[in-house]
Amino acid sequence: MANTTATTAGGGDFTSNLGRIYGIYTGGFIAFIILMAVLSAMGVENVVIGYLFMGFTIVIYAVIGILSRTMHVGEYYVAGRRVPALYNGMATGADWMSAASFIGMAGSLYLLGYDGLGFVLGWTGGYVLVAILVAPYLRKFGAYTVPDFLSARYGGNLARFIGVIVLFSCSFTYVVAQIFGTGLISARFLGIDFNVAVYVGLAGILVCSMLGGMRAVTWTQVAQYIVLIIAYLIPAIWMSTVKTGVPIPQLMQGQALANITALETAQGIAVHHITPFVHGGYDAKNYFLLILCLMVGTASLPHVLMRYFTTPSVREARVSVAWSLLFIFILYFTAPAYAAFAKWTMLDLVASGLTPENIAEKAGWMMRWAAADNTLVQICGKAATDTAAIVAACAEKGVTALSFADINLNADMIVLATPEMAGMPYVISGLVAAGGLAAALSTADGLLLAIANALSHDIYYKMIDQNAPTSRRLIVSRILLVMVAVLAAYVASTKPSDILSMVSWAFSLAAGGLFPALVLGVWWKRANSTGAVAGMIAGFGITLFYLIMTQYGADFDKATPNMELWWGVKNISSATFGLPVGFAVMIIVSLLTKAPSRDMQDFIEEIRVPRGKQLMEEKIA
Amino acid sequence: MATPDRISYWNKTKSLMFVMLGLWVFFGYVIHMFVEQLNTIVIFGFPLGFYMAAQGSLIAFVVMLFWFARRQNAIDEEHGVNEE
Repeated sequence: MANTTATTAGGGDFTSNLGRIYGIYTGGFIAFIILMAVLSAMGVENVVIGYLFMGFTIVIYAVIGILSRTMHVGEYYVAGRRVPALYNGMATGADWMSAASFIGMAGSLYLLGYDGLGFVLGWTGGYVLVAILVAPYLRKFGAYTVPDFLSARYGGNLARFIGVIVLFSCSFTYVVAQIFGTGLISARFLGIDFNVAVYVGLAGILVCSMLGGMRAVTWTQVAQYIVLIIAYLIPAIWMSTVKTGVPIPQLMQGQALANITALETAQGIAVHHITPFVHGGYDAKNYFLLILCLMVGTASLPHVLMRYFTTPSVREARVSVAWSLLFIFILYFTAPAYAAFAKWTMLDLVASGLTPENIAEKAGWMMRWAAADNTLVQICGKAATDTAAIVAACAEKGVTALSFADINLNADMIVLATPEMAGMPYVISGLVAAGGLAAALSTADGLLLAIANALSHDIYYKMIDQNAPTSRRLIVSRILLVMVAVLAAYVASTKPSDILSMVSWAFSLAAGGLFPALVLGVWWKRANSTGAVAGMIAGFGITLFYLIMTQYGADFDKATPNMELWWGVKNISSATFGLPVGFAVMIIVSLLTKAPSRDMQDFIEEIRVPRGKQLMEEKIA
Repeated sequence: MATPDRISYWNKTKSLMFVMLGLWVFFGYVIHMFVEQLNTIVIFGFPLGFYMAAQGSLIAFVVMLFWFARRQNAIDEEHGVNEE
């Protein structure tokens, strides 16, 4: 019974034809973009193009999700462990690159210049840690979830339970940011209210992951990677070609930087784009601590680590990490170029002589964004909804000619607005919206699955009912998935913070809570159960404490003053404190208590070598 | 379990891990501490310090990972612990 539904996708035929299937899919998507361009040229309205782009791509993901539906445990949790390294790399790329990478990052680079590059470095270098310290060993163990490993290595359900709590906290924070991103896109491009748009985005997420678990998520993520990378590269290539005549934005970024510096000097802007450690409170200390927290968080986030549980072997898992980073790199080394060209365009616009009266005519896109949400574009400190509002706001401040500093763009809208900013046809805007949606959906799918799997597999199956039949376990997982998703959508609709901060918090929570236990679990035989439990509680506890106290304060009221920062460390780098405390507590407590048993030491030996059968075997149905 | 061959395997794996960790520290942190000095060198309009954070270190990370996968696999095969 178990295998009867496993033939449509994920079977032998499917895996051997992957290249052809995704090749045809990519060609089809490009043909669709051209069709949209033709429709747009024929006079079809912009909002219709927006609906078609988002509708068409979501239908594709849903079809893949439905074709990959499964009732087989191994397929549901780890995609049958037969995802080839290259495709797992692509799926990890989509899993990894979220609304923060696609929507938030280039916008932050635009605002923060050099200091925004901390995100670029932090979100790539962490894969080195994934490959050398963690992923291959967890693959050898053969876990379904990260808490599975903690439970086996640290003997028992206490370590598992704390692992689930950390997993839930970081993944939930992260998924809220993704749903927020889908809401932002839907609000602007479909013209619906943000609070409603959040739930529309949610429906898109659920169709992909609910029926087929990891198998469905894997194959939709590959499809989503292709959409998001095309959508990211085209506007960057476009701007580079228009501005410099050479369609290689990554290379021509040099020319853009030189022009930005020249324009900044001409306009009397003192803080240059390329100057390090001066933007947005990122001094050298905060810059390097952010990089550290993001890198270590990468190697601790369960939804990333579980992608390497799906490869056929340990060897493939290692190669797969390298492929993942290559696919991620393609977007990440384009982001600084994207930001540079956008900034150059804006500085040019300001240099053309902007006044409160003529800005609506010269940059009508600002009014459209301000209308979608009044925090997105502010001119002279007020929402820039129309000429009258701008003139009034600027008159109050005595501004007659607008400077670069008078125009305040929100970091989360810059990528989405760039096509309009640079005067590209609307079809490119539609494409970018579809790309941003793909990025947010793919990550949200991975995260929701990580949460639901931990709750159904670790809590329900392993801790509550060890005799639960397979079918009931999978149904429980699906129900939990929907419940968590609705809760996340509700939190997102309250707009807790900007996308990049929410995502960075998730990294710190994962790093503080899980990294010491995972790494020492493999690399230090003396680490024992008591030490790991104490270390996880201490590391996670300090990180969470610092985060909440500095963001909300003890009274959970944003209006009253919150706790002072410790040594001026921003709370997006909260793991700065959690990580060393976690390591120290785990090491000290382990040394003060009994060494792990002989059996446990043999178990660690076995994890360290690729040969031999995986250590956790699942009874089938 | 802890045969001499296993011990030698783990020692080599550890050395490779530390080499990778060293390179990671260099490209992730050390080189960016000299950003201001490097920025005085400009190539194709790129100040070198900016370039290293925007592209240079990223390229290094990707190359390192493919090299690591090959190298670790060679160690596995040398010690007969690769997957059949």
